[in-house]
Amino acid sequence: MGRTEKVKGITIEKLLELTHEEDVLPLRIVTGESTLHKEISTYDINRPGLALAGDYDYFDYERIQVFGRGEYHYLMKIVKKNTLVSIKKFFQYPITCCIFSNGNEPPDVFTVMAVKACVPILVSTLPTNTLSTRLTKILEDAFAPKTSIHGVLVEVFGVGILIIGKSGVGKSECALELIERGHRLVADDVVDIRPISDTFLIGSGAKLIRHHMEIRGLGIININHIFGVGAIRDKKQIQLVTGLEEWDAKKEYDRLGLEESVYTILGVEVPLLTIPVKPGRNIPILIETAAMNFRLHKLGYDTVNEFNKKLMKRIEEEKKDNGGNGS
Amino acid sequence: MVEKEITIKNKTGLHARPAAILVQKANEYSSDIFLEKDEDRINAKSIMGVMMLAAAEGCTIKIIASGDDEQEAVEHISKLLESDIDNEVKS
Repeated sequence: MGRTEKVKGITIEKLLELTHEEDVLPLRIVTGESTLHKEISTYDINRPGLALAGDYDYFDYERIQVFGRGEYHYLMKIVKKNTLVSIKKFFQYPITCCIFSNGNEPPDVFTVMAVKACVPILVSTLPTNTLSTRLTKILEDAFAPKTSIHGVLVEVFGVGILIIGKSGVGKSECALELIERGHRLVADDVVDIRPISDTFLIGSGAKLIRHHMEIRGLGIININHIFGVGAIRDKKQIQLVTGLEEWDAKKEYDRLGLEESVYTILGVEVPLLTIPVKPGRNIPILIETAAMNFRLHKLGYDTVNEFNKKLMKRIEEEKKDNGGNGS
Repeated sequence: MVEKEITIKNKTGLHARPAAILVQKANEYSSDIFLEKDEDRINAKSIMGVMMLAAAEGCTIKIIASGDDEQEAVEHISKLLESDIDNEVKS
């Protein structure tokens, strides 16, 4: 299994790249191209209204400073009155970056001071509340710990399934057949995983090798080019883990589906199915069926328990019948 | 567990061919073998993983192995990575 690491800081450059990738947060840099390497260390944001008004007692200078309509108007007012003391004081703090919402352009005096203090200024056309929620979401995701796992991530009937197992057990071949059957590949070999919440894991492929697979005997193939865009996905929630392993005659495998095993990734528990591999067992069909069974379970139908209920009922009836005959 | 840090000597870096040779070598051992470069850690038995590292000449890579033949594995893989893999293939 891969290594977990916490992200310490995100550079302004990376933030711009992320917002561009996600395409939900238009951000434009006004000044400070030379300060793109500056690191954002927290995903919280701050509205610097009080600071501009002169109260710096609880000023969270480490956070991203978001200038909404209120701050902008106040800023314009003090610039017009030429009372620049609080702006000067503002830039005495090691500010990470400022973002203006509503497409407002910062006044020239402010920009000049920002350049001097090496503070980048960004402008977004979004209204402040949308800007803050989207910005927090993007940064929260970026700050989430990350790990990478050796396996294949596929989407089968809409269920994100991570296939793990030793090298050479047939993970990629299995995924290839699933793709051929109309399912989708997310990542082969190296799956990057991030937790979005306590119960939600997102898996994606590393950029360089994304949507490529290595199949023994064939070499490297491009799934996107061979099977088309319908056969790929960039990221997907990991809802089920299937562990492939060589059939071990001495090992007891789950015959009923009553045992609930879990696989823990970054503290998040995901249901685990261990599937023994041996010639004659068609693993892709097993995985397809597991995916459908998983959906059924989600819809509230628990196959094994429902079946057991029927069985118990039958046993009860038998008992009654036998009791009747006996008397 | 055995760890060893090495520097890539191959002029063209770990491109497809050297990566394939490395993976082949790694698969000769039963130990779990990992390569670590910067923040990435990958399974040395997976060719896509090794290529994902895009390791250039001069890159520092840590080899980590754990299992019955860990010592041998690290020794041989480090020797391979520190050699001029491309030339080795030709000869």
